[in-house]
Amino acid sequence: MGERLLTVDRLSTHFFTYAGVVKAVNGVSFTLDRKETLGIVGESGSGKTVAALSLMRLIPDPPGKVVEGSLMLGDRDLRTLSDEEMRQVRGNDIAMIFQDPMTSLNPVLKIGNQIAEAIMLHQDKGKREAWRLAAKLLDRVGIPDAEKRVNQYPFEFSGGMRQRAMIAMAISCNPDILIADEPTTALDVTIQAQIIDVIEEMQQAYESGVILITHDLGVIAEIADKVMVMYGGRTVEYGGIDEIFYNPHHPYTWGLLGSLPRLDEIEKTRLTPILGQPPDLISLPSGCPFVGRCLYERPECRDQWPELEIVGPEHGVHCWIPEAERREVRASLPHFQEYVR
Amino acid sequence: MPDRDTSANPVTEGVTISTVSERDLIEDKLVGRKPLGLWADTWRRLKRNHLAVVGLCIVVVFLAVGLTEEIASFTPKGYLAPHDPNATNYPLSPKGLGSPPSWSHPFGTDYLGRDVFSRTLVATRISMLVGVIAVAIALIIGLILGPISGYYGGWVDSVIMRTADVFFAFPYILFVLLIMTVLGPGLWNVFMAIGILSWATYARLNRGSVLSVKAMEYVEAARAQGASDLRIIFRHVLPNTMAPVYVAIAMGIGGAIVTEAALSFLGIGIQPPNASWGKMIADYLSYLAAGSWWMLAFPSVFLTVTVFGFISFGNGLRDATDPKLKE
Repeated sequence: MGERLLTVDRLSTHFFTYAGVVKAVNGVSFTLDRKETLGIVGESGSGKTVAALSLMRLIPDPPGKVVEGSLMLGDRDLRTLSDEEMRQVRGNDIAMIFQDPMTSLNPVLKIGNQIAEAIMLHQDKGKREAWRLAAKLLDRVGIPDAEKRVNQYPFEFSGGMRQRAMIAMAISCNPDILIADEPTTALDVTIQAQIIDVIEEMQQAYESGVILITHDLGVIAEIADKVMVMYGGRTVEYGGIDEIFYNPHHPYTWGLLGSLPRLDEIEKTRLTPILGQPPDLISLPSGCPFVGRCLYERPECRDQWPELEIVGPEHGVHCWIPEAERREVRASLPHFQEYVR
Repeated sequence: MPDRDTSANPVTEGVTISTVSERDLIEDKLVGRKPLGLWADTWRRLKRNHLAVVGLCIVVVFLAVGLTEEIASFTPKGYLAPHDPNATNYPLSPKGLGSPPSWSHPFGTDYLGRDVFSRTLVATRISMLVGVIAVAIALIIGLILGPISGYYGGWVDSVIMRTADVFFAFPYILFVLLIMTVLGPGLWNVFMAIGILSWATYARLNRGSVLSVKAMEYVEAARAQGASDLRIIFRHVLPNTMAPVYVAIAMGIGGAIVTEAALSFLGIGIQPPNASWGKMIADYLSYLAAGSWWMLAFPSVFLTVTVFGFISFGNGLRDATDPKLKE
């Protein structure tokens, strides 16, 4: 992999509300290299989006605040930049694609206008030049008749095309890092595949690092190089894509994989859901947030957060269950039997 | 764009997915009726409201008359009316009560022998100027303070909105009188006084819409692009909050015209010999008892019809832009 773009170390983002302190992200660390795709998976409320917004310093303050950790973009710490410097980073160094293309484009501005605006904000280009580039970008993300389409309003675009336009806007300043926050969740399945392809193509063309936030493991399997599994504001497991899918170590990852339907299932079997509810982020246990839902819980789980255990190359897990026992349990789970090496 | 090699994936093998699918394009065509923009949609529904269309016609006619007079005021003649509005040598009745409507003076002449029709036409210009300029001044102040108030919230919001409350709390005419006394009488001072006093309506109205629009995802997307606060407020938020403001503008112009009439009636608006509807009503009121009805009647009718036009157009516009009434 290429040069290191981003190093996040023990990032904690909390929201100070009347009801108490919501610990949305709790000591999360990860890195991103050029041309690499990091997938962040986890269920709703696990802190995926908050972690990404913390990178952009877009957490509404108050009530939110990055309370701890360092966010190194190259050799600059994003937490110490001034607001003005941070504005230059946004869009130019780190760009973001949002979840719902229907609401993330301004309805009263022409598509070309919105893309051109992003270009003019960060590059020394005139209006005409920016519009010309906007048309070119639309063409690149696969919108036919781009010359005509730049002059249209968002309501004249379908959902998939709007998401393509969002991608065009995000890549307009050739950002080092592209954050895609559930870019396919609001789209139907056939369009999802296209959008993922477009993101991948753009990553190849612009040599960006991509952070892909999703709860769709299918999407992760398609394009991620490495995966970070989040639960209750913490990273429970991270590793290369093959490691996570074929050699998962955390009970939550087992649960995620077990609850997926499979194309190659011969016998009809029921999916195995993860029982219980996600934890209340205000009153998290001091130990592992997965306690209460974990089928292999131990006495020490509740009180202390386990240290990182390296279980393979670039593969780490936070879990109290001894490694030998984990392998044994996993081997007994029906949906892992054919995977275990 | 080169097609991606998808042969590695068994599901999409042999399939090249690289541009927008045909389905997308078919979808575009299948939707059939092209979705209408805000204005086209509003116009479609406004057309069905007869009162609003009548109002619109009145507004257009009077604005046209006002504009014509405004242009004519730059010509050497200085007016576009059958007679000089300030000339006093037209037929007087023996008692000095003016003469009733006739073919040469359709609205009659006043107690000084001035042609009432010409004066009414020229006064249209003053009324329209007051309506447009005073509301423009109010809009400029209101649409700067309102969005800033709503977007930033906190103490900025409190300061601006409490100031607006003060403006609302004062009796309106009394406040205008106060300002006019300070500024002195005169056309531009009328504009200023009415403008300064009505900004709070627009500021408060707009602040409410800004509160809901600033939570939209496209605002966050603009922020993620690195747009500055001012750019976000005035380029992304404000244009999305304008629909209720257009309605308030139509209503506000009617209100400003009435206020000018009231000020002129009270003697601190337009100064003689210039004519405005309020001034004419004030001047001619005392001649009504002597039977010279035509002096008072025509400016009053013009004033009433104009204000009626603006308000019914404004009402219609409100109904037409109200999303709750959409079918």
